[in-house]
Amino acid sequence: MIARGEAGHRGPDVRSDLHVEVELGGDVGVDLEVTSKVEALYGEAIRADARRVLGALEVDHARVRVRDEGALPWVVMARVEAAAVRAGVEPAPGTLPARARSARGPSPRDRLRRSRLYLPGDSPRFMVNAGLHGPDAVILDLEDSVHPDHKHAARLLVRNAIRAVDFGAAEVMVRINQGVPGLEDLDAVIPEAPDVILVPKVEHAETVLDVAARIHAIRDEEGLDPSRPVWLMPILESALGIEHAFDIARAHESVVALTIGLEDYTADLGVAKTRDGQESAWARKRLVNAARAAGVQAIDSVYGDLDDEEGLRAWGIRARSMGFTGMGCVHPRQIRPIHESFAPGEDALARALSIVEAFRDASERGLGVVSLGSKMIDPPVVERARRLVADAKRMGLVPNGAAGTPVGDGP
Amino acid sequence: MPLLVNGRTQTPYGGVRAHAPEGTRHGPPIRSCRDYPTDGDKRVPDLRAALERCGLSDGMTLATHHHLRNGDRVALMALQAAAELGARDLRWFPSASFPAHEPVIDLMDRGVVHHIEGSMNGPLGDYASRGKMRGLGVLRSHGGRYQAMQDGEVHVDIAVIAAPTADAFGNCSGAVGPSACGSLGFALGDAMYADRVVVVTDNLVPFPAAPWQIEGGWVDYVVEVDSIGDPSQIVSGTTQVTRSPDRLLIAEYVARFLKDAGIMRDGFSFQAGAGGIALAFVQYLKEMMKAAGVKARFVRGGSTRYLVDLLKEGLTDYILDGQTFDLAGVESIASDPRHIATSPFTSYNWHGKGNFASMVDAVVLGATEVDVGFNGNVNTHSDGLLLHGIGGWQNCLFSRCTILAVPSFRDRIPVIVERVTTLTGPGELIDVVITERGVCVNPRRRDLLDAVKGSTLPIRSIEDLKAEVEGLVGGPPSPFSPGERPVAVVKWVDGTVIDSVWEVEGGEGGD
Repeated sequence: MIARGEAGHRGPDVRSDLHVEVELGGDVGVDLEVTSKVEALYGEAIRADARRVLGALEVDHARVRVRDEGALPWVVMARVEAAAVRAGVEPAPGTLPARARSARGPSPRDRLRRSRLYLPGDSPRFMVNAGLHGPDAVILDLEDSVHPDHKHAARLLVRNAIRAVDFGAAEVMVRINQGVPGLEDLDAVIPEAPDVILVPKVEHAETVLDVAARIHAIRDEEGLDPSRPVWLMPILESALGIEHAFDIARAHESVVALTIGLEDYTADLGVAKTRDGQESAWARKRLVNAARAAGVQAIDSVYGDLDDEEGLRAWGIRARSMGFTGMGCVHPRQIRPIHESFAPGEDALARALSIVEAFRDASERGLGVVSLGSKMIDPPVVERARRLVADAKRMGLVPNGAAGTPVGDGP
Repeated sequence: MPLLVNGRTQTPYGGVRAHAPEGTRHGPPIRSCRDYPTDGDKRVPDLRAALERCGLSDGMTLATHHHLRNGDRVALMALQAAAELGARDLRWFPSASFPAHEPVIDLMDRGVVHHIEGSMNGPLGDYASRGKMRGLGVLRSHGGRYQAMQDGEVHVDIAVIAAPTADAFGNCSGAVGPSACGSLGFALGDAMYADRVVVVTDNLVPFPAAPWQIEGGWVDYVVEVDSIGDPSQIVSGTTQVTRSPDRLLIAEYVARFLKDAGIMRDGFSFQAGAGGIALAFVQYLKEMMKAAGVKARFVRGGSTRYLVDLLKEGLTDYILDGQTFDLAGVESIASDPRHIATSPFTSYNWHGKGNFASMVDAVVLGATEVDVGFNGNVNTHSDGLLLHGIGGWQNCLFSRCTILAVPSFRDRIPVIVERVTTLTGPGELIDVVITERGVCVNPRRRDLLDAVKGSTLPIRSIEDLKAEVEGLVGGPPSPFSPGERPVAVVKWVDGTVIDSVWEVEGGEGGD
């Protein structure tokens, strides 16, 4: 029997990717055949990377066919490894690409998460420039955007991407699959230190605990830095998940946010998803309240209609007014409208700055009461203003030296 | 670099403004109205008859224009008619060629066409790159093509002009008709400098075909045909701005650069082509112009609906148009006196008494490669295959601020390189390179560097950008090893030879 495996994509529309076929066996060593549209420039480099991966996997005899459409080195390596492993080779160390030039620092628990850009986990061409568009986070998705036949290859591609791609200032998130495949996704990606794991279709706190336990075990086994956090963001996508929102939010200390998946949620309810989202208003409010009660962020779903920027902005402004601090993006062009929607209005910011200024003034003068003009300002109003100013500062909306700067850390 | 090209001695490139021409202008023989019908009816039954009467013979040069772009049928009709008449070893001198002209390969195989002097793209480029063409290809800019006719470097025996509307006297226009293409600017020189001129139209109207773009006084014969081209391939119904987020990011940086450098100010001018990034930057710039209350004195096309919108909304006083890319452009040039068809003679030409290109405040162009010396290549792939003609690219470099807006790499192919594979334009004329990963200002332009101090744009050195790109694509590419023989030469705008394109052996065709 010939053990055969393949990975990647081929066809007229494929760019920046490749297709690899591995047939193990024979006795003439590794017969490597590469056709590439960049043959004259990088043919030798492709062969060297392929041989390095095959060598690390101790593949001695095989027929390997590579059809390359200008893939970057970390993609070549992921595809060769995936095809060999699919053919039955045991995974082994030494197959990883070079790391990105700049190292990512650890991610703070309460950092800005206004926009998170979904990147299909088996499509390398969207990954390399994703950080340039300035999302607060990128999500390398192993779940719904990846065809079941490509799940394994995507797992290795995403692992290599976390390691080799510079996502700029974006937080790096991975959406894993449900159940056991999701735990296996963790085995592949956790050693490369993603910042946040999105756990799909969570209905019970136990699901979160299973994921947290697996991450802990992997980190122990690999000897990874335990002080570097891997945060969790459960996605609630069903009526039951919404009912358990509070339990899920406080299931584990590494949960930093709750979010909602509206396609599945509305399907679960058996209702249509509409432009203004009335049908999910209760679920979203419930999620915001549960998240707030547990001290984590509430983050909204995606707005799927790419051509409806007006609808996107309206959704974002509504979401912010409900207490959400961000939402998902399906395309880089949604990032800016989302950031603008989640920014405080100029008037509100000006008022908040003057309240914070008045508060500082009162504190300095030892007064117990804060007043602005002739009006007394209640403590919750001061608190809200402080939070708004702190958010605005992180969004780069408060010029240096403006009021509120010294107290900007918020609650 | 070959200095004997198709039997003609060449002058090597000596600097961007070095070449000083001498002598008198080349011209066609004197004609007399006594030899033309007094009723003005210059019609002949078909192209064969026209070519016969033009005295077609072996080795002649036949010129065509490219305003019908990939929809053009006339160039092939003319060359095939010449083949039927038994002509051999013709030099085809198009202002540009397109994939639709692939059958010229067969005519070259059969010996009808000896070689092409004009852009060679796709299959024609591949054919030439593999050394199958008998003569050397000669790549010229739009201005350079005009220059070559004026100084006699290329003597055109017969010009065949596809005309969307014409009368029997030969007055013609591209602005109207079922195959309307807008301007006919690239055919103006052909009409004036060829020995014989044939106008081919599918929309013959009673005299006068007014307003005309080419005067019938230049024209020998008029041929009526069923169709000069496929309208759907001549202009796009609507041009669309790119949706690629990376290209949009580059476009936004371009617009912000123009603003931050102070180039965008009342009465300024710019040129934008029809490439994805060029169309998109106009959209960003337009919003910035509105916000700043600024309008342009003129913009230069290739016109599209995006430039037409600027005109309609009062954001520019004029469009000076070299060619017309979409229906909105065609409609505008036919109906709006502020939308003016221009000739390469006044826009681009080395032998003109000045030209528009150097009067434009900023131009935004593409390139296949740019090197750390800011030299640009638009002609070849990084593997040496002929890819594009020069078009107006070289001519536009004379703008006050020349911006190359390019991705820093395509798939795995670096665009920012150590040394360009083919030198199409010298770095001293290229001022800014704008990519998705940063904006590089040519150190020669201290003034621009000073102007954008304090800008929030990611301004960085081109060496630094090149290092980053090499990190992404896995190191510098294997050096290009040219074949034994040159297959084409690249002319500078003044007719000197600036570089050569070499035969490529084996390997796979590019995309």
